[in-house]
Amino acid sequence: MIRLTGIERTFTVGDEQVHALRAVTMQIARGEYLSIMGPSGSGKSTLLNILGLLDRPNAGSYELDQRDVTGLSDDELARVRREKIGFVFQFFHLVPRLTAAENIELPMVLSGVDPAERAPRLGQLLAEYGLTERSGHRPDQLSGGQCQRVAIARAMSMRPGVILADEPTGNLDRHTGQEVMSVLERLHENGGTVIVVTHDPEIGARSQRRLRMIDGAVASDEKG
Amino acid sequence: MRFADLLGFAWQVVLGYRSRTLLILLAMGIGVAAVVTVTALGEGARLYVVRQFGSLGTNLVIVLPGRSETSGSMPGVLIGKTPRDLTIDDALALKRSHAIRRFAPLIVGAGDVRSGSRRRETPVLGSTPELMDIRSMELASGRFLPAGDPRHSQPVCVIGTKVAGELFGNRQALGDWVRIGDRRFRIIGILAAQGESLGFNTDEIVIVPLAAAQALFNTESLFRILVEAKSRDQIADAKADVEEIIRLRHEGEKDITVITQDAVLATFDRILRALTLTVGGIAAISLAVAGILIMNVMLIAVTQRKREIGLLKALGATGRQIQMAFFTESAMLALGGAAVGVAAGEFGRSIISQIYPAIPFEAPWWALVAAPVTAVVTGILFTVAPARRAARLDPVQALSRR
Repeated sequence: MIRLTGIERTFTVGDEQVHALRAVTMQIARGEYLSIMGPSGSGKSTLLNILGLLDRPNAGSYELDQRDVTGLSDDELARVRREKIGFVFQFFHLVPRLTAAENIELPMVLSGVDPAERAPRLGQLLAEYGLTERSGHRPDQLSGGQCQRVAIARAMSMRPGVILADEPTGNLDRHTGQEVMSVLERLHENGGTVIVVTHDPEIGARSQRRLRMIDGAVASDEKG
Repeated sequence: MRFADLLGFAWQVVLGYRSRTLLILLAMGIGVAAVVTVTALGEGARLYVVRQFGSLGTNLVIVLPGRSETSGSMPGVLIGKTPRDLTIDDALALKRSHAIRRFAPLIVGAGDVRSGSRRRETPVLGSTPELMDIRSMELASGRFLPAGDPRHSQPVCVIGTKVAGELFGNRQALGDWVRIGDRRFRIIGILAAQGESLGFNTDEIVIVPLAAAQALFNTESLFRILVEAKSRDQIADAKADVEEIIRLRHEGEKDITVITQDAVLATFDRILRALTLTVGGIAAISLAVAGILIMNVMLIAVTQRKREIGLLKALGATGRQIQMAFFTESAMLALGGAAVGVAAGEFGRSIISQIYPAIPFEAPWWALVAAPVTAVVTGILFTVAPARRAARLDPVQALSRR
């Protein structure tokens, strides 16, 4: 489903060239549950940004669903993101003035989904993530766990093939973190591809495939 | 993104940042209200002048002695010619024209009007009975100047209400005598209160027969001849006739100036319209200032909502969608501001009209259209830069910073 070949990413910091990613080559199959671990600065977030089409590699190629997306324009990338990729962030990134329901609906609104079609899908998502009672609340009236559930529901609203989670438990206590992880794992059980970036070994250990990154390169790739 | 959703999204932003919204509404509102009020004042002044000319009499042609012309040198001075006087005979000759309904020769001077111990300096008009119809004057009591040969006069006069009040107080003025200069006149009529009519307040004048005024001011020459054409279409004919008749009488010399009311009116109309446009344009500067405020606020919004914009991009919003969201928002704010401004402007106008009921203050339709349109256009124009900045925002950077 995802095929990265020789991905390079360099940043210029001051007059120094920093290699965030060096010759990353990997494949991710549909329905895999993958965690990317590594110390900070190891390039795991950069890799996630490239996988999520938020950033472009300086060299190498990226195939998503048998389509080379390396050379697409910004707007084409936006459309691919909209259809195929769902994001979950450490800081939730909910729009503060919108209610839980409106936040979840946002990707469908941006894609121009018909309101008649949106309503049942929204009701279904709210029920699925246990948010029906909180649908009219704004993010500041929700707990951290609820916020992250809203974010996951939002990521799922366009039924993307891939869910990218960047430190999804980083801002939650242990118990709530476990809860959120089990929500993500349920997506995987239902056939979704879930990629989690984390520096927490306990979280990383839950996945069936574990990628370790050091200095922008894949140091180990364990399965099972 | 559907248009309804775009509106809904912008609406939530507008509601979400209330103090910011109020600030922009205020700035835009002041700009639009200024344009509406100021153009209403200008338009009111224009209509006022137009109506004043209307009260001057209809189909009026004014004949002045002397000619204003432009030539290489000053012909009158160098060749030793001075403009010929207009005389009563010149005026009477105008009877020959078929385009002229009536005319009134006019002499104007200042007279010392006395009754008993009271005295008052007033403008004294010498004319003929036709003056009343030409200037559409009305009498409160008595009658106007008697008909007859304008070369001979009876010692009678018609006075304005204010003159009557000041000289006679509560006493009966009609039938009494006043002294003007060294002559005595019997009051045969009192004018109805009409107020100001282009320079002359008819409440404050005294009208005497033409020959009496000639004797009083010791002059043969007329100040003006007021001519009324038979109809609006015949104003041009009347003017041509006047010029031809007087030219023949003045040995072929065109030494008079003929002004038609239309020409004067058109000039005033043009001047006042230009004035309205100018002050309206000055007021529109405040709209530009409001536009700059919108730009400023939008630039701040782009910085403030950096994470939101990054998020929208991550969720699949294209640069165009983000720009559209900003444009919709500022158009909404500008429209709201324009609505507030038009309402406030109309309110201001109605207050001013209560204070000056005589002047027909009314915002011209073009100002009511142009001000809101300008508001929206400036709002959108000044959002171009912030919207582009938002659309170009790098989502990775926008999302990474807390």
